[in-house]
Amino acid sequence: MTINQIMSKPGCWLGAGGPLSDIVISSRIRLARNVNGFPFLSRATHTQRSELAGFLKERLESSSFRPEFTYIDVDSLDELGCQVLVERHLVSRQLVEAKGARGVSVSENQNTVVMVNEEDHLRMHVVRAGMQLDEIWSAIDKLDDAIESQVDYAFHPRYGYLTACPTNVGTGIRVSVMLHLPALKLTGEIERVLRAAKDMNLAVRGLFGEGTEATGDFFQVSNQVTLGRAEKEIVSEFRSTIVPRIVDYERMARQALLDEKSRALDDRIYRSYGTLRHARTISSEETLLHLSHIRLGVHIGRIKDIPIEVLNELFLETQPAHLQNAHGGKLTGEQRSAARADLIRRKLGCA
Amino acid sequence: MHPSCQLCHEQPATVHLTNILDGGEKRERHLCEACAEKEGVLPKPVNVMAQLTAFVQSGKSPEQQVAGLTCPQCKLTFVEFRNKGVLGCPADYDAFAKALNPLIERAHQGASHHVGKTPRRHGAARCTDGDLIRLRRELTRAVDDERFEDAAQIRDTIRSLETP
Repeated sequence: MTINQIMSKPGCWLGAGGPLSDIVISSRIRLARNVNGFPFLSRATHTQRSELAGFLKERLESSSFRPEFTYIDVDSLDELGCQVLVERHLVSRQLVEAKGARGVSVSENQNTVVMVNEEDHLRMHVVRAGMQLDEIWSAIDKLDDAIESQVDYAFHPRYGYLTACPTNVGTGIRVSVMLHLPALKLTGEIERVLRAAKDMNLAVRGLFGEGTEATGDFFQVSNQVTLGRAEKEIVSEFRSTIVPRIVDYERMARQALLDEKSRALDDRIYRSYGTLRHARTISSEETLLHLSHIRLGVHIGRIKDIPIEVLNELFLETQPAHLQNAHGGKLTGEQRSAARADLIRRKLGCA
Repeated sequence: MHPSCQLCHEQPATVHLTNILDGGEKRERHLCEACAEKEGVLPKPVNVMAQLTAFVQSGKSPEQQVAGLTCPQCKLTFVEFRNKGVLGCPADYDAFAKALNPLIERAHQGASHHVGKTPRRHGAARCTDGDLIRLRRELTRAVDDERFEDAAQIRDTIRSLETP
């Protein structure tokens, strides 16, 4: 699979379905693992890095794995290719910015990803549309077993799976959900919700996870504690407490807006709708804001002629690297804003 | 109501001892605190002052003692870890345990032990065995020094260790 083949499909997790998908855009679980007998990457020599990458690539590509993976050598990828992978959430910025042999194995449907030589030797994740953490845990648990049948993991009887950073030690698990919370943002109650999340030892981040600020209406909520709690316990807390609670708050805020400020709410939704249908040049930040309002409009039944799939595709394709990749070369900021506006109008059927 | 002390038969027995004799036979004794002290079976109170004095005389602050920690496998020092935030190899967890444990507990809401999934392969428990890490370092050094015969030998040893 090449970058262009990846580009030709949106990735199943951007589908419209999935439980609670009016608010939970996607759910994801990541596991961090290291290979026994090798130093962590900060102390690995150039040769050791290459050896690790070669060893892991071979094992990941071996036929016993289902789903089948394609390994992309990030070290030999150009800047635009790297950026496309980041915008697709297939790899982290850290992997792209690292040096030396490194790569990523991506499954056919792009739901299952294994990064090689990021902060840890292996970082695998499974992602699905909507709230599907139980299914994801069962999938990633099997993937982990399959890899472990061929790779000797660094494991300690006291500390569990050993990771380069002690904040991930133990289970090495990060459970996260991407939430769309426009009503809480509009009513200003979002601050309270985020504070409560932090009190529960959860991390709240922006669209691109670690190192990105929670701006706009999209929030990624994830666990921070990885030691002393079993994976299933963490998953179950997300399923039965954390996610339902935030979803309820957002639903109540939506209802309150509909009951008390429906004209102001409609104004916002339809202005965004108008802007995206008619703009001739638009920044990615403004696009994100309007797409968020329209998404809310679709879910509360105001906008009926735009399928959620189209909105999701727009989230992806209006990003800088995707625009340039579609164009077939570099674009200046100004050119990107024009290309973005054109793409949006075309997708919304009003070119 | 506590049973009374087996020695003085007056005070309630609050110290309970189980001695396992050579033949594996157990002998239980129930004493009051005063009798237990006379018998010399109570642990001696810790002399905090003496320990503190010894510590001060050793001339190193806890910070200094921790700072001096170095991993025998990857040679990372604890100070380097504090500056970078990432460890150098799996063996660091044992090498830095004293200094690392409080940090780990703080990051994980007081937890100090793993709960959850464990690898099916028992071999994975060999992680703290730093042989492979040490050998790989030696291999790099041998190649750098152009000692190719040594390098070949080390490589063979690594291969034999890697094969489960």
